Amino acid sequence: MSDLRDLYQEVIVEHSKAPRNYGALATANHKAEGYNPLCGDRFTVYLDLEGDAIRDISFQGAGCAISKASASMMTQILKGKSREEAEELFDLFHKLVTGQAPAGDKASLGKLAVFSGVSEFPARVKCATLAWHTLHAALEGKAESTVSTE
Amino acid sequence: MTAARNPEAKLRAASYGTAPARVAGGRADLSSWDIESVRADFPILQQKIRGKPLVYLDNAATSQKPRVVIDAVRNYYEHENANIHRAVHFLSERATEAYEGARRAVQGFINARASNEIIFVRGATEGINLVTQSYGRTHVGPGDEVLITGMEHHSNIVPWQILCDEKGAKLRAAPINDAGELLFDEFAELIGPRTKFVAVTHVSNALGTVNPVKQIIELAHSRNIPVLIDGAQAVPHLKVDVQALDCDFYTFSGHKIYGPTGIGILYGKSALLDAMPPYQAGGDMISSVTIEKTIYNALPYKFEAGTPHIAGAVGLGAALRYVESLGLDRIAAHERDLLEYATDAVSAIHGLRIVGAASEKAGVLSFVLEGVHPHDIGTILDQQGIAIRTGHHCSQPVMQRFDIPATARASFALYNTREEVDALVRGVESVREVFA
Repeated sequence: MSDLRDLYQEVIVEHSKAPRNYGALATANHKAEGYNPLCGDRFTVYLDLEGDAIRDISFQGAGCAISKASASMMTQILKGKSREEAEELFDLFHKLVTGQAPAGDKASLGKLAVFSGVSEFPARVKCATLAWHTLHAALEGKAESTVSTE
Repeated sequence: MTAARNPEAKLRAASYGTAPARVAGGRADLSSWDIESVRADFPILQQKIRGKPLVYLDNAATSQKPRVVIDAVRNYYEHENANIHRAVHFLSERATEAYEGARRAVQGFINARASNEIIFVRGATEGINLVTQSYGRTHVGPGDEVLITGMEHHSNIVPWQILCDEKGAKLRAAPINDAGELLFDEFAELIGPRTKFVAVTHVSNALGTVNPVKQIIELAHSRNIPVLIDGAQAVPHLKVDVQALDCDFYTFSGHKIYGPTGIGILYGKSALLDAMPPYQAGGDMISSVTIEKTIYNALPYKFEAGTPHIAGAVGLGAALRYVESLGLDRIAAHERDLLEYATDAVSAIHGLRIVGAASEKAGVLSFVLEGVHPHDIGTILDQQGIAIRTGHHCSQPVMQRFDIPATARASFALYNTREEVDALVRGVESVREVFA
């Protein structure tokens, strides 16, 4: 069960129960829907972009604890970040949950480092990254787009 | 003795076309049922997962294989392997006999009239695709309708959707109630003058519901509509007699009934199969070929283009003989006992809700836990060596019906025990602790 607590850290369980920045964003000018057909997780990420800056961000949808907490913490860390910084964090985060992140990188992920336990659970990597893939689609897309993890 | 040859059994099984555990022989004598010796037949069950004994409760996805099946496949490759039919050499004759022997085993298992009514396919999915592409494309036209139910696996929805899209026909689905049972009256009302085909699952993979297929077939036949039964989830759990059912097509996968993957069967009444065009073209399915014209082979070979999965068929034959040696009545009684025990045990867990409460169920226990996504339940149970399935179980319309994204599903086989159910219950309690 020790691995389990690595995965379901208290902060993750807490975010899954009370997600931050949850709900549609009235000022959104970009949005994307992400879907994981494996488990039916479905999230919409809303972005209020001003130039290259993420002025505001929110998400809405249903999913497991890992995907929901990941989405919640992603929105927290990205508010005020640039498009480039967001993509960089996605890259780092992906490395973290797939067990490829050097120790130095973990530090720059801040609170997101709690997801390092996911790397021991390959089946859950898609849960942890769903919101980030959706964010990527929202950043790339014109106004609306859909992304699937399969 | 099969239901068809035994009028009394036929009567008893009238409503379900089978001998469901609770009706015929449901309280079969289990005193001689030695679960430990049954478990010893399955090498994979002897291992530990993450340091814990494997508790395998994902049998509706695929079942484990007894030693006799593994040995049959190995023996085939070690002693009998050759391509079947036509060749005059010794091994080819042995391979042909092994393959055709497996066909006869299937015939006996589902009590088909003749062995040439058994077509070997990759699995139930291919069986359904064969019927949609061959029978469907020649009999369903613009404005026609195909009727299914709201509890089908995607494999009994999508092939019909493709057919209906191509032909300008309409796919209709009969609704189910809150218990996960087919609303029979609404099903009957949906059969109209344009209904050209009925395709129904025998047992729901997501809910465990046993459908009243005998009544469905009688009703459809009274309007001259042929019926396909998807038996993938039924054959491991209850006795199926295709003559007693009078179904036109019946299909199942080998791997869910302790046989290899990649092999399954489609049963079809020979008059229907004879009149149907080939599904795939190639070797073995022809009688003679010139560049101008091909004469197709007789049944069942007309539908078996290319070298088939001979070893798979041999393994399936061994699996069916194994099931018969234990007796489906006794298997059904054991599994019913387990399902009842499990249903009572998990019902006592705070915040747990069972999805699918049909009065006739087989093999499947689907549930949701308040405040916890099924995927998280699956991961936490896996840490304890317990394998269940979580998700929509390839039955998204069922999830939509119950307004849930997914369920956790424990599904049982002949080798499962009450102790394993206890482990499941402890596991789910530990999930609640993580999310407390």
